[in-house]
Parts: sequence; C-alpha cells; structure tokens
Amino acid sequence: MEPSSMINLKQIQKSYPVGNQSLHVLKGIDMEVGKGELVSIMGSSGSGKSTLLNIIGILDGYDSGDYHLAGTLIKNLSEKRAAHYRNKFLGFVFQSFNLLNFKNAMENVALPLYYQKVSRKKRNSIALEYLDRVGLKEWAEHLPSELSGGQKQRIAIARALISDPKVILADEPTGALDSSTSKEVMEIFKEVNKLGKTVIIVTHEHDIAEGTDRIIMLKDGIILDRNFQLAS
Amino acid sequence: MFDYDKWQEIFGTIRKNKLRTFLTIIGIGWGIFMIIILIGLGNGFQKGVTKGFGNWATNSGFVWGQRTTISYAGFQPGRSIDFDNSDTELLLSRVREIRYLAPRNRLGGWRGGNNAVRGDKTGAFTIVGDYPEFNKINVQNLKKGRFINQNDINGYRKVAVIGKNVVDLLFDEDEDPIGEYITIKKVNFQVVGLVEPVRNDGGEEDLNNIHVPFSTFQRAFGYGERVGWYAFAAYEHFNVSEVQAKMLTLLKEKNRINPLDEDAIGYFNLQEEFEEISGLFTGLKLFTWFVGLSTLFAGIIGVSNIMLIIVKERTKEIGIRKSLGATPLSIVSLILQESVFLSIVGGYIALIIGLLLLDLLSNLIPDDSIILNPAVSPGIALGSLVLLVIGGMIAGILPAQKAASISPIEAIRQEN
Repeated sequence: MEPSSMINLKQIQKSYPVGNQSLHVLKGIDMEVGKGELVSIMGSSGSGKSTLLNIIGILDGYDSGDYHLAGTLIKNLSEKRAAHYRNKFLGFVFQSFNLLNFKNAMENVALPLYYQKVSRKKRNSIALEYLDRVGLKEWAEHLPSELSGGQKQRIAIARALISDPKVILADEPTGALDSSTSKEVMEIFKEVNKLGKTVIIVTHEHDIAEGTDRIIMLKDGIILDRNFQLAS
Repeated sequence: MFDYDKWQEIFGTIRKNKLRTFLTIIGIGWGIFMIIILIGLGNGFQKGVTKGFGNWATNSGFVWGQRTTISYAGFQPGRSIDFDNSDTELLLSRVREIRYLAPRNRLGGWRGGNNAVRGDKTGAFTIVGDYPEFNKINVQNLKKGRFINQNDINGYRKVAVIGKNVVDLLFDEDEDPIGEYITIKKVNFQVVGLVEPVRNDGGEEDLNNIHVPFSTFQRAFGYGERVGWYAFAAYEHFNVSEVQAKMLTLLKEKNRINPLDEDAIGYFNLQEEFEEISGLFTGLKLFTWFVGLSTLFAGIIGVSNIMLIIVKERTKEIGIRKSLGATPLSIVSLILQESVFLSIVGGYIALIIGLLLLDLLSNLIPDDSIILNPAVSPGIALGSLVLLVIGGMIAGILPAQKAASISPIEAIRQEN
C-alpha cells in the first residue's frame, strides 16, 4: 500500500443470505484509489457497485479481505467506532439528497458537526460558510421542501464537506436531476476534488463518468477494468 | 442538559402527528388520572370512616361490670358485678401498661327524666362523673374554659363541664355560661367549661353531657365507692387486647368471678376495631394501586407502540443520521427523550386534572358524608411524576433499541 493511497481494498468478499442460500455479491475486489483522485464506479444493476460503496462508506461490513481507509484498517468495528470514522473520514451525497425535511438548509448542513459535539452557534456559522461555497447562503433559512432538486443536492454536498472528510462518496448524485443541473453538480464535485478531496462517484450515466479521472467498471462482483475507457 | 436539536426534532414529530400524539398522551394520562382519583377517593373514604372514631385514642378500651353466669366460690350465677374505688386502685397499682385510667359513673341518659335545673329552665341530660384522665383518652373539644382537673377531684369541687345542648337549653343565647350555676339533683354546680363534640355526626349524645368531678359525683349523688365503668388507654407499644385481658383477670380474681366466666365483665376496645378497619384500608389501597398501575402500564404499552411506529417511520432518517456519524447512543437518547417527554406531558396534564377534580369533589361532598376531603398527598403527586419518567423510559427502551439497530444502509436504500 503506497503512502498516497486513500482507499485500499484487498480481496474483499461479501455475501448476503437469501433464504437458505447465500448470494455472493463481491467476489474478491482489489481496488485502490489514490489521495486526491476523482473516480467513478460503473456497472450494471446487480454488479455489486452499491454493496461496494456501502463497504467503502463503512455503512456495511465485509466477510473477508482487508480494507484500509487513509491507512486505517476498517474491520470488525464497533457501531460507535464506525460512526466515528464515518463522521470524521467520509462525506456522503445520496441520489435522493436525504436532507431532514424539518430542518432548514443551514441546520441540515450543520448536522455532522452536531455529532462532533460542536456548539450550535459555532456549527451554524460554519454551515453558513459552506452554504456560501455552494452558492446558497441566501437559502439558509429555507426548508428542503422549498428548494429545487439541484439546490437540495448542493446543500447535501455542503453537508458532506462540512466535517472536512478525506473522502466524498456519492451514490448516483445526479440520478434525480435534469441534465443541466447534473452538470452544475458535477462542476461542484470537480471543484471539491481540486481542493484535494478524494471523490468517488457511483453512477450509470456516461456523462458523469466521463468527467472523472478514472472509471472503475464492475461486473458480477469483480472488477472488470480499473481504467475503463468509454466508447465515444 | 438542554439540547435544542433534540427538542426541535421531538416537536417536529409532534407537530406532524397531532392526533397520534394526543391519543398517546391520553393513554398514559388516563393511568395517572386513575391513580390520583382512586387514591384520593380512598383517602377520603378512610378519613370519613376513621372520623367516626372521633378523638378516641385508638389504643383505648372500656371495661364494665355485668352479671355472672357461672357459680364460683359459693356464689350463685346471676350476681351483679359492680366495681368500686378499690378496683381502681388495684388496676392502677398492678397493671403498669395502663397509661390513663378513667373510672366513670353516669346518671340519666337515654330517655331519662329531667335532672338539671337553672332558674325556670330545666332539661334531661347525661351526668357523668369524670377524672381528668378521660380528657386524655377521649380528647374533648373544649370550646371555652377547662375540663375537670385533679384539684376538682381532690377537693370534691362542685364544678361542671357542659355540652352544647345543655348550654342551649339552660342558657339564653347571649349568656356566658362560664361561672354560672346549674342545679343537678338539688346540688349546685358551677360551670367551668364548654365542650363540643368532635364529630358533626353521631355525636348527638355528647351534646347532652354534663361532666362533673368523679369524686363529687360519688359523694353528691349517693354512689358511695361505686364505679360504673372504666375507660383506659394503654401505652403506645402495648397491645390493648392483652392489657385488657390482664385487667379482666385481676378484676375477676378480686371480685370472685369464675375465670371462665366470659360474661361477668363486659369489655370493648377500639384498637381491634381500628385494626380491622385499617386492614380493610390496606386492602383497598393495594387494590387501588393495582388498578392504577395496571392502567398506567397499559398506557406505557401504548406509548411504546406509538414510539415503535415513529421509529419505523423514521427508519430512513435514522439511517441518514447514522451515515453522518450518529452513534447508537445518540439515537437511543433521542427516542427515550421523546418517550419520556410524551409520558410526562400526558401524565402532568392528567395529574392536574385529577387534582382539580378531587378538589372540586372535596367542595361538593357534604361534611357528614362517608367520604371526607378526598385528596392525595404531595408525596403521591410527586411520586406519580417520578413513576411517569420511569414509565416513559420503559416505554422507550424497546423502540430505542430498535432505532439503534437500524442500519445506515437505510440511508442509501431507495424507497420506490
């Protein structure tokens, strides 16, 4: 494992029990994402890309292999420890935004800091800074229901960034957006990447994947190509 | 600690589900309401019944002579037993458990003829010869003046303490009876005290009482050494029935009564009756708590159910929180806090309504009713609030555990 490695997966295997059977989803994944890379993961439905993202995001465990995140072995963590790493190392951006609908934009962005026990006043002022970065400072007091899809996703990105994580994980971040909004969101990811953050985007949209440094192609639980070239 | 975000969330869910919250609150509130009302009425009932004992010390009793039913030491059955002053001395010297002994004699009474006169006014009253000790056994409600004292006894003073009816019948409304004289069986007595019955009900006969010194009574009315009956009170830690048995044994021995003769001496003590009634109330209380706690428990289950639904509805939200770094503990405390909050609000409202209702009842119920001043002690009220916090916790445990076990993957899962 090189020092510049941010995410390092070695022979990751994962099965899910389905009735009495066992569904082998990841069949030995070797994968590396360097520090500051902007990578997309592609693959058809059922290829295991969601499971892979869950494991990278410490949302789910794996059966065998080793996963190092920023040099730390992520294995058999307690719930509390896992929560700590998620909060400190990772920022999530989801397809359906996943904002809490009874909190306004600022409070949504500030939520990860709440779990770091940052005082309310302080975290709200930090949240305003991040909202400013995604161009939504004026919308701070608005509830998610009063915002457009693109705005919601920008708020979600601000929320992912606020804890200054090492890796941003995005699961189909443009899946619910129209193409022009998708482009805007993609531009933000690129900017974030330029600031030195490692960004991993799971997507099935070629437009999005094309904008990344590298495409990892997954099929039937194994990596088909670590540097996939899209046919143009 | 005041955690704004947690409260914001709690009020958020409440605002979204007003009806559900309302029903939950009723569920737990009903339990507390039942406890308060039942205990309050139970207390009132107890007060009403025990009031019937008036101011009689509950460790007191009575002993009086009747007729023998078994022959003994050459005496035929049917001999009338009369106590006298030597019996009093015997009891005082031999039964150390007796705290107060009040020999009593009575003249007149039920359907008796006129026996007291003042000027042109006359009336039929109950004349009792009393020792000062009587006032310890059955505390008199002195309205004015004093009760019989030891100097009255020693000096054979002709003084009287009179009841309310006596005042009404022998005196004009604007007259002060204290210091005035009344004539009983041609003997003049100076009034030194006025007593009123403690009870408003059933104390009718006490209204007709004229208490005079026991010694004076014996001498003035030709009773010689005779004692009508004894009232006594035992020291706190003695069993009245046992003290009474000891007295009976001594009295039987001295008066030559067959020890097996159960009917020669009559007796009665309040402790036995009081204990019986106390036992009844203990049973009633246990029942009250059982019903109240069961209802409260049903309420807790209701809250628990609602919280489970809330957790289910918030599965996605909890998943999102976990993906953002929420620890299981923070989720548990969120759910518990909401559960305790709902319980306390519901319980507190019910507590207030219950207390107000008791207060209202207390004002509506007449004073001579069997239920008197239904109320609960502040301790019970406070205790029920503590009960609510614990109840809310219990209600929240299962839903909180469920919430804590929600996987963060829920955040990614698509609902469609």
